[in-house]
Amino acid sequence: MRFVDEFREPELISKTAEEIRRLAGTGRHFRMMEVCGGHTHAIYRFGLKDILPENIELIHGPGCPVCVLPMGRIDDGLAIAQQPEVIFAAFGDMMRVPGTHGSPLEHKARGMDVRIVYSPSDALKLARLNPDKQVMFFAIGFETTAPSTALTVMRARAEGIRNFSIFCNHVTIIPAIRAILDSPDMRLDAFIGPGHVSTVIGCRPYEWIAQNERKPIVVSGFEPLDMLQSIVMLLRQLNAGEAKVENQYKRVVPWEGNRAALRAMAEVFQLRPYFEWRGLGFISQSALRINDKYAEFDAEQRFEVPGIRVTDPKAAQCGEVLKGVLKPHQCKLFGRECTPEHPIGALMVSTEGSCAAYYNYEHRKAAMVNLSSIA
Amino acid sequence: MCLAIPGKIVEISSENQDSALVEVIGVRRRIDLGLLQDDKPVPGDWVLVHVGFAMSKISEQDATDQMNTLRMLGEIDGAMQEVKGYGLNEDEVELELILPRPDYKEPIQ
Repeated sequence: MRFVDEFREPELISKTAEEIRRLAGTGRHFRMMEVCGGHTHAIYRFGLKDILPENIELIHGPGCPVCVLPMGRIDDGLAIAQQPEVIFAAFGDMMRVPGTHGSPLEHKARGMDVRIVYSPSDALKLARLNPDKQVMFFAIGFETTAPSTALTVMRARAEGIRNFSIFCNHVTIIPAIRAILDSPDMRLDAFIGPGHVSTVIGCRPYEWIAQNERKPIVVSGFEPLDMLQSIVMLLRQLNAGEAKVENQYKRVVPWEGNRAALRAMAEVFQLRPYFEWRGLGFISQSALRINDKYAEFDAEQRFEVPGIRVTDPKAAQCGEVLKGVLKPHQCKLFGRECTPEHPIGALMVSTEGSCAAYYNYEHRKAAMVNLSSIA
Repeated sequence: MCLAIPGKIVEISSENQDSALVEVIGVRRRIDLGLLQDDKPVPGDWVLVHVGFAMSKISEQDATDQMNTLRMLGEIDGAMQEVKGYGLNEDEVELELILPRPDYKEPIQ
């Protein structure tokens, strides 16, 4: 495998940036939301904003599962794990996320049995290795990750493992997009669609955005050239008055998605009537739970769950930032009370959150790869 | 969170057709092929791996490009950390990588 330090095809990047300037030359203001946290990270990392004309505004969407998880869910998961026989297993991303009484890592330091796993199958392996313990996997993620949890539950059933359960926090992207579009202060022209979520769900679930809401959406890859090409595709649609779903990331995303992954999700999960999102509030049918057929693997049925609700501090304006009404630095707490080291609001928690990305990169431009020198 | 890491299928288990050995930048780990049962990969194929499961088949060129993307995003360390951790190989995982990052700076006022 070769490594390349520079961007691929710098001439093409330069040409694409020029095409963007030409297409945006109408002077109209364009507001585009990138739904996925990976895209948000890439935009800051590559300094994409520096090469886009001023009348193209990128709004950062809700697609960071760690950021949108309400603190009460972390508290609930940690409350279950207070029981001595329970092992709390979660991805590394979760370990620094604060609960009311500290993060999972801080609970580990106080003696809780907290384990980092890199795959749900390894949480199941922990259950096999610790038959006298109850292993609870704190599951999190959009449709990219949910099929892996589902298949792991099916494997646990097939093996007859009885000391394994899921504390399920999987969320679905479409209802979140709908909530943003339904919001009265929403002002968006187009969407950059998520890349890896779409490998699972495909492109069809976005059709209503084009057909009913008349907003163009382009599923995009993560490289600078991918994102610039997606912006060209969106501008062409907007200038022609069209609204279509297009797939820029064809090399990875099939139009129909991954049917085997969708089957695994349908086998194990059912939609929750509603679920709370940090910054966005309660959104109906926006999250998954383990269905009745697999109830024995549902931590919420196996254990007593306190059902803790923690209201986000009123001063934190996460909802406005999520909907693109405010820029991260326009929030009253940004960089003062709320920093990546001491996050208060949802979007400062993970490196994929828009506030953390803004904080880490926008203030440290000198250290970044300089895309504008190419384009 | 949503890392997708390219890996090359080295060997498919003879006992379990859903279990494969993949190689990612010189590291060999066992991953689950269960989500690709409609389009099964064979040894030599490249796949995108997410949390220990193969998510999609890709070409060798796409694998190279994806690795390059991870590098550009500064996610190579995270990807290596994830792959090394598959199979509970805790001895190979450096805990400090998930501890608070030292590179956070105070914002310029």
